[in-house]
Order: sequence, then structure tokens, then C-alpha cells
Amino acid sequence: MIEAGTKLRLRFAKEGRAVYISHLDLMRTMQRAFLRAGYPLKYSEGFNPHPVISILLPLGVGAASVCELMDFSLTAPLDEAELPERLTAAMPEGVRALEVYPGGRKVKELKWLELEGVFEYDARDPAEMAAGLRDFFARPSIVITKKTKRGTGESDIAPAIRFLSFSPDEKRVLLRGVISAQEPTLNPEHLANALRQLAPELAPDFAEFRRLEVCDAEMKVFR
Amino acid sequence: MDPRLKRILPKVQKPARYTGGEYNQTVKDKDQVELRCALCFPDTYEIGMSNLGMRILYHTINSMPGVWCERCFAPWEDMETELRAAGLPLYALESGDPLKDFDALGFPIGYEMAYTTVLNMLDLAGLPVRSADRPDLLPLVFAGGTSCCNPEPMADFLDLMVIGEGEALDNEVLELLRTAKREGWTKQTYLRAAARIPGVWVPSLYQPEYDEDERFTGLTPLSGAPETVTKRIVEDFENSPFPTKQIVPSTEIVHDRVNLELFRGCIRGCRFCQAGQVYRPVRARSAEKLIQQGIESLQATGYQEITLSSLSSSDYRELGQLCDGLLDYCVPRSIGLALPSLRADNFSMDLMQRVQKVRKSGLTFAPEAGTQRLRDAINKNVREEDLLESCRVAFAGGWNNVKLYFMLGLPTETDEDVVGIAKVAEDVYRLWREHAVNKARGVRITVSTSCFIPKPHTPFQWAPMVTKEEYLRRVKLLRSSIRSRAIVYNWHDAETSEIEGVLSRGDRRVGAVIEAVWRKGGRLEAWSDFFDHARWMAAFEACGVNPDDYTLRPRAAGEPFPWERVNMGVTRRHLWREWELTQEDRLSPDCRAGCVGCGARALLGCCPDHDVEMGGESA
Ligand code: SF4
Repeated sequence: MIEAGTKLRLRFAKEGRAVYISHLDLMRTMQRAFLRAGYPLKYSEGFNPHPVISILLPLGVGAASVCELMDFSLTAPLDEAELPERLTAAMPEGVRALEVYPGGRKVKELKWLELEGVFEYDARDPAEMAAGLRDFFARPSIVITKKTKRGTGESDIAPAIRFLSFSPDEKRVLLRGVISAQEPTLNPEHLANALRQLAPELAPDFAEFRRLEVCDAEMKVFR
Repeated sequence: MDPRLKRILPKVQKPARYTGGEYNQTVKDKDQVELRCALCFPDTYEIGMSNLGMRILYHTINSMPGVWCERCFAPWEDMETELRAAGLPLYALESGDPLKDFDALGFPIGYEMAYTTVLNMLDLAGLPVRSADRPDLLPLVFAGGTSCCNPEPMADFLDLMVIGEGEALDNEVLELLRTAKREGWTKQTYLRAAARIPGVWVPSLYQPEYDEDERFTGLTPLSGAPETVTKRIVEDFENSPFPTKQIVPSTEIVHDRVNLELFRGCIRGCRFCQAGQVYRPVRARSAEKLIQQGIESLQATGYQEITLSSLSSSDYRELGQLCDGLLDYCVPRSIGLALPSLRADNFSMDLMQRVQKVRKSGLTFAPEAGTQRLRDAINKNVREEDLLESCRVAFAGGWNNVKLYFMLGLPTETDEDVVGIAKVAEDVYRLWREHAVNKARGVRITVSTSCFIPKPHTPFQWAPMVTKEEYLRRVKLLRSSIRSRAIVYNWHDAETSEIEGVLSRGDRRVGAVIEAVWRKGGRLEAWSDFFDHARWMAAFEACGVNPDDYTLRPRAAGEPFPWERVNMGVTRRHLWREWELTQEDRLSPDCRAGCVGCGARALLGCCPDHDVEMGGESA
């Protein structure tokens, strides 16, 4: 049992149809799911109380993950072994609570993101593409144009890539990799964007990603 | 998920509304299911999922063993473009299966401006829009909802309509379809058999007749179809199914909260109000039941807000008890309780003050007309003294936001009535100056007007609308009569009202116009983004239909109406009497003060709400 009021961290998966739930909608969904499961979230003090929950690395719409982390507290003691099943039963399809534990490491120690992806090519040879992709991402610098709040900016994404591998199958190229989650943050979508901007002949017809694990600077699993 | 859909979703706004998978959705094993039905709401997900009727029907249909009911909503423009470009037919959310493979598609139609969207959804599903062009029995395309009380405008497109409350009837229609499917009936055989179910209207079994001047003269029933179809209603409302385990959308919708239905029908009898006439007689649920349903729904959904919905919630007898019971549960849990459409009386104000402890919202009143004379003529039982007294209490209690709703173009309206609206608003402002507890915060009084639209099955079904030009003249008159800068005046455009006016009282010839507008790209026209008045005008022209003939022409006492063979309970004789009282500026009592014999009693054999008042005796 964990005492009421303890800082808690939830690890959860967001897959299948749930990948289209936006970050803001997911926060609302979480609040409601906790209520449905009978876990009373702790609210902020003040004029307009709201549950104090925070999701560590907001996930883009369309991307899947099996390593999402969310911080929260409850106003009642918690049987941590029971939570995953009970909370998952109160979730929309595709969101699964995996484990909950007290505390957790400081957010700023989170550094790397392990991911996998699929690049779909409708009318090109995946083996050829995989070879091209390996060469492309081996470049020492990959400068892309990004939309920012103040218009567009240039940014080199190469330093944010620790490792990427590409293996072709029938119609697709499968990607595995480790990219920077924070400082700088690299949205995996930019891997496909880089191709669209700098090597359109390698740009996939469709790309999707899945977060597999979060790690610290030493590549130790972050919890 | 279809790989084509996977590629589309990242490109459209709010993709979560096109995926299904929400908490509490119903999924059944396809191998165990004999009949698959989809409720197709002819508006967006955000609107459709906010519709209580849709949720009730989903629940009642899915309660049938062997029948699986799914949902579909109209896609927004970007999604429609992508679907069409990808050649992906419209699908149901739960299974992702294409609508054209379903056995039945049911469209709940609550407002006429959704008509073109119904056609568009059929087309997106890959189905011909006209019933005659769909020779096969399956999928059966049917509709229900308030708009079906005039079945003629959509007659050419729908195979079948259910008149009245769907949860009383849909399951019978589907049960017969299950038999028809199993035994391989033709569409004709099924429709003729279905027409014998009370409340079922089969449009193809009624032939419209016109005279040499092309005036509508009546509908002739064919192949033994009933002379009139009487609406079906839920008889035991207390125990009728109410879904407490409702779907919780994963993306924000318009009414993102628990919605409790206190009662059906309305005791008031406002002469302009179609809902108030066609949902009679009044049937209520007990406070005890509602508190239980409210708490169960909050627990099952995790919603943090609950609202009471009915046509005139302050007429609910046990309102105080209900609110106390709900507040006992809500306050300690920081759950908001919202009370819409309260009447301007002291009791309601007292209640508002108690509810305000949880959530502070603006005050809304709908006096509808600017003078007592006109309010009497339309039978709107609001006295100015009561309205002003409520505002006084509200201002003294710290409110500083009042919204006032009116209609322009009501039958018998004069310029004096128009100017009277400004006077009401100015009086409200004067009260604020005299009674506000905190003047430094200022006040906001909003006056809104819409253009009155005569509706079938109301006393005003005989009335002409005012022209757009006349509506605008009255808008200008009102605007120039409002002096205070604290009063904000908003008016709705009259172009949409004009089209709604044609569709509401239209006959079958209007169907060709609906189709022509849709073919030119019309859909989602309840949204100003997509409404195009010129497109409608061009379609009227092309179809040889004169809109003024439907909107501006006063109807004669004995004139046959396209909705004549639909019996909504309230009799033509009663409506005509009410229309005559309008000319004399005379009120009618509400059902509690006295029964005026509207006819709705015949549906149930009693009027529970009225009879309770009279100590169990019927009038
Ligand atoms: S029959 Fe009488 S009591 Fe019943 S709804 Fe009509 S007017 Fe009201």
C-alpha cells in the first residue's frame, strides 16, 4: 500500500485507435478514467481547482508508445499491484496502464528515446530505399526548416540522432533508433520531414512511429 | 484499421472523432450477430454525440440480442475530401466496416437543415440517394426525429420513417427486418409489412396529389397503407431505458457532460413551439429515479458536470428535491450542476443561487416577444414583472450577465412589439443600476433575435413568415431603439430561416430542391461555414419551385397539409382554435391549470401530469 498524497508515476501504453487522441484530450481522458476506476486524483488548491497531473513527454497525434509516463497524486491510499488492471478497464481502447510506483527520477534526467518506425513505399524498392536511408542519416549534418511559433527556423537534427538502423521488408522499411527526447527535442516526424526536404527520392509515402523506451544520458532505462 | 484510413487521419483536424474506440462503446461478436444497424447522425461527431436521443437509441437497439448497432457521423469538410480522394466509403466507428454492408441505416433528424447532409452521407457510403434507386432490401434506410413529423420533403430518399419516439418503435422495425432478411423478402414485401406497425410511415406508399394550379391537395395511401399514422410514445417513462453507461468521447464534444432527462413533453403550449406540441403528453420521471440515474451516470462516465434537460425544466414538480439530491453528491466531489432554461420566477432564482455554489454561469431568459400583448398572442406565459423580479434578485445576488432571447416576425407583431424588446432590455439595465452589488464589474445584457419560422403541427402552421427584408427592417428598428451601451444586440440572419421555412412546411416537390442543392455541394448547412443561400435560390429556380409559396403564403382554414396524415397527438381542431385565440391576443391555460383538450390524451388514455394536478380525475 502507498500512502495518500504520495507522488506517483504511472507508466502506460497508448496504441491502436488511441494514437489519435491529442495530448489535451488525453489529459481529460485520464481524469475521467481515474474517476471511473475509483482513484481520487489530488486537486490543486486555489480558486479553480484541477487535478494535478502531468504527462512527461507529450506524444504527437498518430504516434504510438509503450513507455508514457505520467505524474499524479491520490487523496486515498493505493494498492499499487491492483492499479494497472483496474485503471486499464476504465480506459478507452488502446490505453493500458502498465505500472505505478512512488516518486520516479527527475524529469530533466530523461534524455534518450528508443523508438521504432515504419516507412511505407508504394512503388519503390525497399532494399534500395534502406540503403539510401542509411547513407542519408549518416551525414554529419542534416539541416531542416522547421515551423516555429515565430515563423520558420533552421535546425540541424543530426546531433539529436544517436543511432538509426533500417531494414527492408516486402513493401516497407523498418526503422529502429535512439533519438534525443529533450534538449534538444527531436520529434520523430522530423526524420520523415528531413527526407521530404533534402532527399525527396527517399521520402516515404507514409511513416509511423512507436516509442519503445525512455532512457537517461547513460542509456539506462528512465523510471 | 483500413490502411487508407491510417494515411488520412494524420492529415485531418481532430482525427479522434473518426476512429471510434471510446470508453463504453458497444462491440459485439460479428459471428453472433444477425442484424447490423448503424445510427447515422447527419451532423458532426461533436454535435451528434451531444444528442441524448442518439445515445438512448444506441442503447435500446443494442439491447436486442443478435443486433449490433454502431455509430456514424458526418465528416467535416477536410475529412470528406480525403475520404473521396482515397475512394474510402463512409464507415461505422465501432467496427470500421463500410455502411453499405450494413442491414439498416437509421438517421435521427432533429432539424431540417440536416437534410442535405443525409443525402451526402448516403453518397459517401456509396449508396444511391433515392429510395427508388436502391432496389435491394438491405441496407434499409430509415429516419426518425422531430423533422419526420412532416415526412414529405425527404419522402423520395428514405425507405421508411418512424413517427414519434424511436425507442418505442425502432426495435419492432428492426425485428421485422431480421425476419425479412432471414426469409429473403423483397424490399416491397418488407415495406408493406412494416407499414402495418403502428407509427411506421412508408413514404413510397403515399401518393401526393396536386390540382390544376399545382396546389397540393393531399396524399393518397397505396397498397393498404394506413390512412393516418399515429406517433408512438414511451408509455412508462419512469421505467423506460436510460443509458447510464454512456460512451465517453475521447475528444471534446459540445455537451461534454451527463444529461438527465426529467420529462418528455411540455405543459405550456407556446404556440410557436413545435417540440412543445409534438412531444405531448407530459411524462415525468421521479426525482428518486433521476438522482439514481444521475449518480450512476457520473460514476460510469467520470464526467465532472451534469445538466438537467427538458423543454422547460422549472416545470418539473420535484425540481427542488432533485437538485438537493444531486448537489449532495456533486458538491463534495467538485462536480458541476447546470440548470438550463429555467423560468423567470423566484423559486428558480433561489435554486440558481444554491447551484451557483458549484458553478457560476450567466442567466438566460427567453421572453420571445417584447410586449405582454404579443406574449399573450403566442401563449408565452412570461410576465414582465416576473422577469424583472428575477433579474433584480440575480443582480442583488452578484450576477452581471443576462441573455435575453426574442423572435422577430411572430404572427400579429407590430412595430410597438419590436420596440418593446428594447424597453425590456433597458428595464433590465435600469434594475442592474439600482440593485447591483458590485457595479465596478459592469454588466452585460445580450439581446438576441431570430426570425420566426412556422412549423407543422403547431397553431402557427397556418401563418405566413415575414420576408427577409421585413425581418431586417425590424432588426434595424430594434437596433435604433436600444440606447444603453451595456446592451449588446445580436441578430441571426434570415436567409437560413427562409430555407428552413420552406423545408419545414414543404411537400414532396421540395425534395428535388434538396437533391439539387446537395448535387451542387450542399451539406452541413446548419453550419454558417457551409450554408449558401444563393445555391438554394438557384435550385428553386432550376426545379421550378417557388419558395415564397411555402413561406409567405397564409394558409386557408381547410387547406390540406403535406403532414396531414401524420398524427402527432395534438389535433388540427385544437391547433386551429389556438390560432384563432392568437388573433384575439388570448392565452390558453397550461395543462396544470386546465386541460384544453389538445388531443394528446388519446395517445395514452390519460395525461399523467395533468391528472395528478386534478387529483386523479381526467378532464
Ligand atoms: S390533453 Fe389536456 S392535459 Fe393532456 S396534453 Fe393536451 S391539453 Fe394537456
